[in-house]
Amino acid sequence: MMKVTNRGIAFKLNLWILTSVTLIFAVIFTYTYLFTRDMLIAKIEQSAFDLARATSEDIDAVLLSVEKTPENIAVAMEQFRPQSGAFTGLIQETIKRSPEIYGATVAFEPWEYSTNIRYFAPYYFKGRDDKVEFTYIPYDYIYEDWYQIPKELDEPVWSEPYFDEGAGNILMSTYSVPFYDLNAPEKKLWGITTADISLAWLQEIVQAIQIGETGYGFLITKNGTFVTHPNSRLIMNETIFSLAEAKDDARLREIGRRMIAGETGFVSLDCEFSGQPCWMVYNPLSSNEWSLGVMFPKEELMADVFRLNKIVIGLGAAGFILVMFIIAAISGTITRPLRALTRVAEDVATGNLDAEMPEVKSRDEVASLAHSLDNMKTSLKDYIRDLTDLTAAKERIESELQIARDIQMGILPKVFPPFPERDDFALYADVEPAKEVGGDLYDFFFIDEERLCVTLGDVSGKGVPAALFMTITQTLIKTRATQNLTAGEVIAWVNHDLAQENPSFMFVTMFFGIFNVKTGDLDYVIAGHNPPYIVRANGDLEMMPSTKGMALGIREEAQYSAAKVTLSRGDMLFLYTDGVTEAMDPQNDLFSEERLEAVLKEHGRMKVGDLVKHIMQEVHSFADTAPQADDITMLALRYTPE
Amino acid sequence: MPGFVILALAIMACAGAFAAPAVLAKEVRLIPQWVPQAQFAGYYMGLKKGSYKKRGIDLTIIAGGPLRQSSEYLASGQAEFATLWLASGIQMRDHAVPVVNIAQMVRRSALMLVAKKSSGIISPQDMNGKKIGLWEPVFQIQPSAFIEKYGLDVTTIRQSYSVNLFLRGGVDVASAMWYNEYHTILNAGLNPDELVTFFFYDHGLNFPEDGIYVLEDTFNQDPDLCKAFVAASIEGWEYAFAHPEETIDLVMANLEDEHIPATRVHQRWMLDRMKDLMHPLSGGGISGALKYDDFARVAYSLKDFGLINSIPEYNAFYRKCYDESHQ
Repeated sequence: MMKVTNRGIAFKLNLWILTSVTLIFAVIFTYTYLFTRDMLIAKIEQSAFDLARATSEDIDAVLLSVEKTPENIAVAMEQFRPQSGAFTGLIQETIKRSPEIYGATVAFEPWEYSTNIRYFAPYYFKGRDDKVEFTYIPYDYIYEDWYQIPKELDEPVWSEPYFDEGAGNILMSTYSVPFYDLNAPEKKLWGITTADISLAWLQEIVQAIQIGETGYGFLITKNGTFVTHPNSRLIMNETIFSLAEAKDDARLREIGRRMIAGETGFVSLDCEFSGQPCWMVYNPLSSNEWSLGVMFPKEELMADVFRLNKIVIGLGAAGFILVMFIIAAISGTITRPLRALTRVAEDVATGNLDAEMPEVKSRDEVASLAHSLDNMKTSLKDYIRDLTDLTAAKERIESELQIARDIQMGILPKVFPPFPERDDFALYADVEPAKEVGGDLYDFFFIDEERLCVTLGDVSGKGVPAALFMTITQTLIKTRATQNLTAGEVIAWVNHDLAQENPSFMFVTMFFGIFNVKTGDLDYVIAGHNPPYIVRANGDLEMMPSTKGMALGIREEAQYSAAKVTLSRGDMLFLYTDGVTEAMDPQNDLFSEERLEAVLKEHGRMKVGDLVKHIMQEVHSFADTAPQADDITMLALRYTPE
Repeated sequence: MPGFVILALAIMACAGAFAAPAVLAKEVRLIPQWVPQAQFAGYYMGLKKGSYKKRGIDLTIIAGGPLRQSSEYLASGQAEFATLWLASGIQMRDHAVPVVNIAQMVRRSALMLVAKKSSGIISPQDMNGKKIGLWEPVFQIQPSAFIEKYGLDVTTIRQSYSVNLFLRGGVDVASAMWYNEYHTILNAGLNPDELVTFFFYDHGLNFPEDGIYVLEDTFNQDPDLCKAFVAASIEGWEYAFAHPEETIDLVMANLEDEHIPATRVHQRWMLDRMKDLMHPLSGGGISGALKYDDFARVAYSLKDFGLINSIPEYNAFYRKCYDESHQ
């Protein structure tokens, strides 16, 4: 999977914007849906209650009017104790006049109607063509529910519904009213009057409830038995509780208990008939305490909300696609020039500064980016051109410096032994220049048959000026030395000459000596230079005494005094510049005079050439990887007369 | 039984026509004491599954009910086998109908009293001063003994076969069969925890109920037939308990044939309770044995209540027909 951060701008724009848009839409949609749904549910609940109440009232109106008949007969029986002919006529007449009443009786307690008759219950009922017919109830009716329950409860009771086989197997219910023998000393039941009604009309009322395609009403008795239900198998067979048991539905059982307890409610449950989710409202009948339930199919009633949802979702989806295209278009106008600019930048990166800039028509950030890129390309071009020139100039200077250095080094005598015809002394010198043109110098030359001038110096600074100053110094020394002057005079004159024309205040430290090869005497001047060493033939090391005088070229009238040492056979004079003692190792420690003295003490008897080379070697191995900062110059002279 | 002999002869005559060694199936009829509900499912399953047929019994079951009393069918020879309550069987024998018990199928009494806790009844003593609903005399023996045992002063009301009197509060305590009316009460919306129950079994008043009866002659003429019949019945019952859904399918179909409204949940409850009542509490299968103690308890109670004149001889009344080696 590619990470989001690695994707293009168009992708990111689409991702974030569309995610946000979808979220916003989802929130609005959910809110609208919940709001409209709750509003609709509230309306449905209200109209459901209205419908259930209205239907209950319709049923109650009939039942309550039916109740009047046996109640009136009971009152008549108690108050007037009519003879058989009178109350049977009353029953007949009421049945005729009450279309709802199917049959009625006045049933007496055993032996109460007559001491000769155990059971007396004349029953009038509507036969064919509503003609009133008559029979005696032939059985031990006193144990029938319609008789026994009002008797034991001392109050009028509607019976549970039952099928009356004699009346064509129609569903019936009986309203029974007890009446009492008011002549007895205590309250004494005399009998029960009843009115039987067919429940067909009641079933019709409830079946007439039609809500949408699948909504319906149903009625259950005080026992929970179904009296009406679109599923006829339930009627008079199942109770709402046996249904709950079959479905293992504890909630349905609880709803049933609330219904038969006479409560009113609005609940959500799966419809028994269609299996669809429904709302159910339930409301009791006030007459017989049965309960009316009305099922409202959710999907049908919510169809408008669902249709609205579909439209809203459709619009949302269309908007989503539209936004997606718009983003794609906008991001295209941004990313297309960006991609072109990227290609140019890549070209430039590979060195093609002549890459052609894409045309950007807009005046936005992309345009200024293109402009900047163009500027950068131009600047780069200029810079590279300047750099090329500069590099050429530098190369030229460097090659000139090299020449200067070659010339400088060419001035120094480089052929050893310098005087091969002579064996009264041995002389060796070497210079290891630093990278730049340096300012060390040495020289030796005879000014007559016996006297050998030896000089070694170090010009301040580096580079071409130092090299030139050194050349001048060397030339001046050679000039003055050949004028038969003493060592002190030579140096004094050289100083004077250098100081006179020295606008840049350069100077040179110097050792200058005139060595008499016949006598071994050495007159010398040390002008601000490191004092040289003398390694005696027996290996003793001496540092030559300093002489008065500062470095040359600083003050015109500076005074210089000379000193004198005498070399015996085998003694060696060793001159060096501070390039030897101040050579540094990588830890910035100096080679130091102590190290130099140690080397001289140990190897002072070596041949002059080998000794110089050896010390050079020691210095190099000491410096290791550290760069050489200064010229390293040494000169060794061993006196070897016959 | 001329019909039976003629039929047997006819079968024997026909036997020659069949090449196979014909087992002469004996044609008999059984009438249970009530409608073909789950209370009698084992006999119907035994018939359907061939338990009788494979023992050479060609059985026809006559559905009992209010219009067809099993005692009358047995006495008149309209059925060779009948189921009866033990108390009814003893009464018949006392009334000179020579019936014998060949298997006591239900050995625990399902008869019970039930009350609503809301009426304040928790223990038997709480029934003092209350109204108790009782059925016809044969169902009154145990409650009467119960009332006597606990010294209760109650008003007894004759209870019909609906429980509406109890549900409406016309009586405080109702008679109920555990497998029948008790479930009807539950399915009228009362919860078990709102009810208190008194099983006579738990109060030392166990009256075994359904047993299989024949006339003494039938047993004497063909004890093997009776033994085969009992073995087949036990097999049918055990099959029914092992296959409740299949059994309830059959029960529902039988009830529909009789146009008796019924619900599966009620028949399932009834079958489950029959299993509880027929299987001994100690475990194991149906035995069919009528213990002397049970017989004596019922017989002496009947005599005490004046429902019989003398106590029948146990060994004459009960003819063991089950083979203990099967158990």
